[in-house]
Formats: sequence, structure tokens, C-alpha cells
Amino acid sequence: MTTAAVNLDSRAHYLNADYGIKSWLLTTDHKRIAILYLVSITLFFLVGGIAAVLIRIHLIEPNGAIFEPGAYNKLFSMHGIIMVFFFLIPSIPAVFGNFLVPMMIGARDLAFPKLNLLSWYIYMVGGVLVLYAVIWGGVDTGWTFYTPLSTTYVNTNVISAALGVFIAGFSSILTGLNFVVTIHKMRAPGMTWFRMPLFLWAMYATSLIQILGTPVVAITLALVALERVFHVGVFDPAVGGDPILFQHLFWFYSHPAVYIMILPSMGVVSELITCFSKKRIFGYSFVAFSSVAIAVISFLVWGHHMFVSGQSIYAGIIFSALSFAVAIPSAIKVFNWTATLYKGSVSYQAPMLYAIGFIGLFTMGGLTGLFLATLAVDTHVHDTYFVVGHFHYIMVGGAMMGYLGALHFWWPKITGRLYPDGWARLAAAVIFIGFNLTFFPQYLLGFLGMPRRIAIYPPEFQVLNVMSSAGASILAVGYAIPLVYLIWSMRYGPVAGPNPWGAKGLEWETPSPPPTENFPQTPVVTEEAYAYGK
Amino acid sequence: MWQGFSIRPDQGSTIAQGVDHLFYFLVAIDLFFTAVIFLTIFYFALRYRRRSEREQPEQIEGNLPLELVWTLIPLGICVVVFLWGTSLFIRNSRPPAASTEIFVVGKQWMWKLQHPEGAEEINELHIPVNQPIKLTMTSEDVIHDFSVPAFRIKKDVVPGMYTTLWFQATQTGKFHLFCDQYCGTNHSLMKGYVIVMAPTEYEQWLSGGVRGGTMAEAGAKLYDQLACITCHGTGKGPSLVGIYGRPVKLSDGSTVVADEAYVRESVLYPSAKIVEGYPPIMPTFKGQVTEEQLLQLIAYIKSLGPQEGKASK
Repeated sequence: MTTAAVNLDSRAHYLNADYGIKSWLLTTDHKRIAILYLVSITLFFLVGGIAAVLIRIHLIEPNGAIFEPGAYNKLFSMHGIIMVFFFLIPSIPAVFGNFLVPMMIGARDLAFPKLNLLSWYIYMVGGVLVLYAVIWGGVDTGWTFYTPLSTTYVNTNVISAALGVFIAGFSSILTGLNFVVTIHKMRAPGMTWFRMPLFLWAMYATSLIQILGTPVVAITLALVALERVFHVGVFDPAVGGDPILFQHLFWFYSHPAVYIMILPSMGVVSELITCFSKKRIFGYSFVAFSSVAIAVISFLVWGHHMFVSGQSIYAGIIFSALSFAVAIPSAIKVFNWTATLYKGSVSYQAPMLYAIGFIGLFTMGGLTGLFLATLAVDTHVHDTYFVVGHFHYIMVGGAMMGYLGALHFWWPKITGRLYPDGWARLAAAVIFIGFNLTFFPQYLLGFLGMPRRIAIYPPEFQVLNVMSSAGASILAVGYAIPLVYLIWSMRYGPVAGPNPWGAKGLEWETPSPPPTENFPQTPVVTEEAYAYGK
Repeated sequence: MWQGFSIRPDQGSTIAQGVDHLFYFLVAIDLFFTAVIFLTIFYFALRYRRRSEREQPEQIEGNLPLELVWTLIPLGICVVVFLWGTSLFIRNSRPPAASTEIFVVGKQWMWKLQHPEGAEEINELHIPVNQPIKLTMTSEDVIHDFSVPAFRIKKDVVPGMYTTLWFQATQTGKFHLFCDQYCGTNHSLMKGYVIVMAPTEYEQWLSGGVRGGTMAEAGAKLYDQLACITCHGTGKGPSLVGIYGRPVKLSDGSTVVADEAYVRESVLYPSAKIVEGYPPIMPTFKGQVTEEQLLQLIAYIKSLGPQEGKASK
């Protein structure tokens, strides 16, 4: 083990280029900034996760095991706000996008390294403000901030929470901008658009959504603050506003935001499936353009959150049709990934298990989306646990599996060391099983009619709630295992070498951990992505 | 803990079965595609597992016909489900003409219900079986949502506007009524029951207890108290006799149908729409009438057939 340590430090790389807290807090190296994000989003995940655990414990009893309804409301609001805005949205883009976008195109850094560091500081300022808001006093609007509840009726920390989300939004916009410019302007010679790894197509599509969508939610939250503080009538009918307007504005961002969470995971899965079956991706251009199609259509489906809101029937019909349209590119991706395995040389190291887990959970989550796009069925299951189950399959099952897959795949590149593969595979299995036990019962609860966001429920729903809580305890263990062995591996893991998986892609052609400048000299690209045949 | 456990909700209304059929059809599609994907992955995973590190699998670029197949088949299924769901939704959204009207006001954190005959209830709605019921709903404060899972119906209850729902119960019994839109601190407690009764029992229930007259009568009393008659009965303002449900010509040349939303707006924001030929002199009654009183005034105006002539005398 000690020889391993010597081996890693025998040459200069981005981790030993400099030491001390200042070398991290003032760094403009995209790889170090990625690690700043990795540490901070892990902390936010822990806070949001603790809230989730408390929610599931509370719901073991029909009358609520722990909290008063008011405290429960603050708890699920905290869970939602932190997980959505401070874990899921930044997760893959800010960590792996930061680390990999320059490396995958053969560049030295992002186009705007200082802006990149600024993005992290903006994210942290927003995050700290939100932590203050949800922990000291709390906020009880849910992550959706629906009006006029949020503008007129609640007395909690709405302003500081909304301000925190508003500020963090700029981090998202600037990161997206940085990626778009980098991908356009800094590709190595020979790296044409259609030679780019699909992860980059996914990051590009995600960045477009971040740039175009985030300003809308920022404006919306600013209007909430304006109405709450100065009583300007925008959303509350008592002062001449329109409460439905808020929902239009909010979902115009927040539906595409779901694709900010899932598109990067889809990009990751394309990398993993190809590597662990030693095959080029089946239907490259279909997978690439389906990312772009998802990004475009995602802006046109927000009204499916409002089928029962009192919006006109005709608006409902159009949004229903458009929501079905977004199912098609998602299906195309799943079929192409499956076909990539055909006649491959398939191995099952941990990252591959996460990728297959992603396909399974995303399929189940995506298909239940059809229920919610169907007007007559949505009328029954809207705002019930069916919806809670559906979006957790996508945002936790899908996005989280993709995130963990990425973490396990690129961990040797980031740290230079391998983790114990057996433990990692065990964790993947535990998470997959725990996840299904937690969230599958929620589909049934929703079909039975249990509303979401209630602290007290009728006793006939108890069995399924207890099942869900039991599953959550397994899931929590599943998430805890990687935390242990990954930290362990940083010191004791065997040295990985530049390319432990035999993967293709520029990031694997440089040592692990990479030198500060990524590549000794600018690489020249002469082949397609996933050229596993060569 | 297992008491009342079931994984199928009651089918308590005429629309429940239709919704369930579509739901189960979707379940079948889900199971089919999940099985196809899972089994294919498992099969490929075993059949093509890596046997040696030096293996060089044949590289396949893609297959256009296959891409078309798995684009067009899901597309076709989506079209079918969309058309089915949409036609059912349109049918389920249109109340029959013969519906009994009941009025719903949501407020933090209770449901207030008024029957046209005058009966008022909180968190319990008594209705007759096999009779179409139309709910006209509004909120005094935040957005609520009136949901009866056994009937497969749900609609947001929004401040500042009227939304409607209808259903026809097919069996007597007691069914959950939930608020499905998070509405603040005691959202969890904003719930109750819909109690479906045999028609005779319902009549008995309606006539029982001390009641202050029908909604229209209560509205008439308000009409007097608020002195609406000083204008609307003298020609200073437009007559309200027989206007309900009829087109009204406005001073800007447009016409509007005098429905609940129009009457409500005219009481609260009289200058929003001015009837042609009348000066904009009506004061606002905002803050003077509650949402329930507004509904009573509407019930009264609805009751003013052309021949009764009470308002114009």
C-alpha cells in the first residue's frame, strides 16, 4: 500500500500540484472545482437524505410517528428544495461535467476557468442561505412554492429560501454557458461534433436547458418575493393577481429541470454500456439527437403539471399530446442501449451494474409517465403518491443510478485508485432492491388515492407505507456503503493506472490522476467515439 | 395494520370503471415493455458475457429499419393511449344537463358545502345515489383540491375563480374526500367524507334539522340587505331578471354569457365589464360579501325567471 502511495506521487498531477486550503478555494483547475462540487453536493445529499429518512419513519404510523403536521411540512419542503436544487440539478453537470468536458474534447480547461470557480461560490452562497432557511425556522411551502400560499399565507422563511434558490440558479446558468462555449470552441483537432462521446451531447443539451430555463424560475421567484414583501398583485387574486400564472411560470422551468437531472445520466449510461460491452454505441446519431429532441420538447410540456388546475380542457389536450411526444426519444435511447449489448463482450464491474440498474429503473419510471400524460388517468392519480413514485423512479432511480455509475466509472481517473469492486457491486444490488421496495408501493398508494404531502393518512394505507419505509432503510444502507469504501480507497485502494476499464475516450489516454494541464500536448483525434473495434 | 388493506380502490361512480379500464391497459403496456427490456438485457448479458479479456466483438454501427420499428411502435401506442385518454377526459368533464348543483368553498383547512335547498355542511357531503351532481367550487384563501378517489375525480379549487366537477355515485356508502393540493399547516387534516345515500334517505336528511331556507332565499335576503334593488330594480342599473345563462351586451361592443364567473366578477369588480347603455356607477362589494354569500346571490339570480319579476318591481 505504501508503495502505491509512492507510485502516485512520483509524478506531478492535479492533486499534488499544490497543497493547503487556499490551493483548493482559489483554484481555477476544472478538476479541482469538480471536487469542490463533489464534496459540497455530498453534504447537501446527506442533509436531504436525513430529511427523507425522517419522513419515512414518520409515515410508519397513520397518525404520524414523530412530528406535528406543521413540522412535517417543513421536513418535506426541506427534502425537496435541497435534493432538487442543490443535489440533483448540479450533480452530474457540476461534478462530472466539470471534470470531463475539457478532458473528453482534449482541452486544457473550460473556456472560462475563473467563471467556473465563481459558479461554485455562487452555488455555495445560495446553498448556505437555503440551509439557514430550512434549518433555522424552516420553510413550509414545498419545493414548488405555490402561490398564493407562498406569497400571502405562510409565515416561514419563504424569502430566504427563494433567494437561495434564485442565487444558486446563476451558478447553473454560468456553468451551462461555460460548457456550451467550451464544446463549441475548444475541441481538439479532429474532434468533430459526431466524434464526440455521447456524454458531451447530453451535457450540451443539458446546458441549453440550464441557460434558457433557469432565468424563468429566477424571475418567478423574484415575483414571489415582490408580492410577499411589497404586496404587488401578481399571483394572489386578493390583490388582483392570478395564481395559475405562477404555475405556468414555475413549471416552464421546473419541467425542463427534470431533464437537467436525467439527460446527464443518459449520457453517462451511453459511456458505460459501450465500455463494458466493448462495442460502439448502437445508432450513435439516434442517441445523440434524441438528447437534443428531449431538450427541445421538454420546454413544451409544462402544462401536464396543470391538468386539474382549472386550465382549459384544450390546453390540457395539447400538453397531453406533447407529453407523449417526449416519451419517444426516451424509448429510442433505451432500445439503442439494449441493442448495444448485442454480440458484445459484456462484463459486470460495478459501473456496468449501475448502468443496467439505470435502464431498469428509468424504464419503469418512464412508462409510468404515460399514466400521467393520459388526461383521464391523470385526473385520478394527480397529486397522489403515484406521482411521488413516478418522479422518484426518474430522479432518484434514474438520475442517482447514473450519478453513482459515473462516480464508480471515473473514480479511478479522479483519484488514481481503485475501490473494491465486490463491495461496489453489492452496493449497486442493495440500492436497486431497496429502491424498488421503497417506491413501488407508492404507485399502489397513489392508485388507491393517498394524497402526497400529508402527515396523517387513513389506516387502510398503513401496510404499503410500512413497506415503503422498510425499503427506505435498505436504500439508506445501500447509499452508505459506497461512502465508506470510496473514502477507504482514497488511501488504501490499489493504483488504477491510466485506463483500468480498457475504455476509449481521450480522458483515458492521460495518466490517473491527470496532470494539471490534462494532456502533455494537445491530442489529435483520428477516430470515432467508442472505436472499440480498433 | 392489515385492516381495510386492498390494492384496488372502490369503484363508486359512473366514470370509475372507464378510468380503471384505461389504467389497466396502461399497466399491461408497462408490464409488456418492462418485460421485453429486462428479458432482452438479461439474455444478452448471459449470452454475450465476456469470456476472455482479449475478445474483440464485432462492431455494429446501427440499423435503420430497427430504429424505425422502435420509434414507430411506441409512437403508435402513444397515439392510441392519447386518443383514448383524451376522449374519456372530455366525456368525464361534461356534466349532464340534469345535474343537481352543489357549491363548495374551500378554506384553510376545511370544506364548506352548500346544497341549493339550503343545507350546509362542513367536511361531509351527503348526496343521493344514481343522481348526477355538479360541484361549483371556489376558495377563500389558497389553492385547494377536491378529490374523491373512489369516484376517480379531482379538480383544483382556486381562489378568485370557479372550477367545476361532476360525478354520479353508483353505490351508497362513505367515501374519502381529500384535499390533494398542499395548502399549508393543516393540509393533512383537510379531509372528510362523501356520504352516498338512497334517494329517500337523502330527502329525509335534507328536510331534517333547522334550516334557514334555500340558497336562493338566502340570496334574496342578501339582495335586500345590500340594497341591490335600488339600482337593479329601478332602471338605474340593468335588470337581472332572466339574465342568467344569457348573452349580455357590453359597452365595448363585446358580449359575454352571464355565468357564475361573470356574476361574481360584477359584484366584486363592477368596472371590469360594463353593460351597454348603463353608466359605470356600481360600487364594489369586495370585502362585504363572503364566497358563500356570493354563491347565494348567484343562486338567487339564477332563480329569477322572467315571469317572477321580483327584481324589477
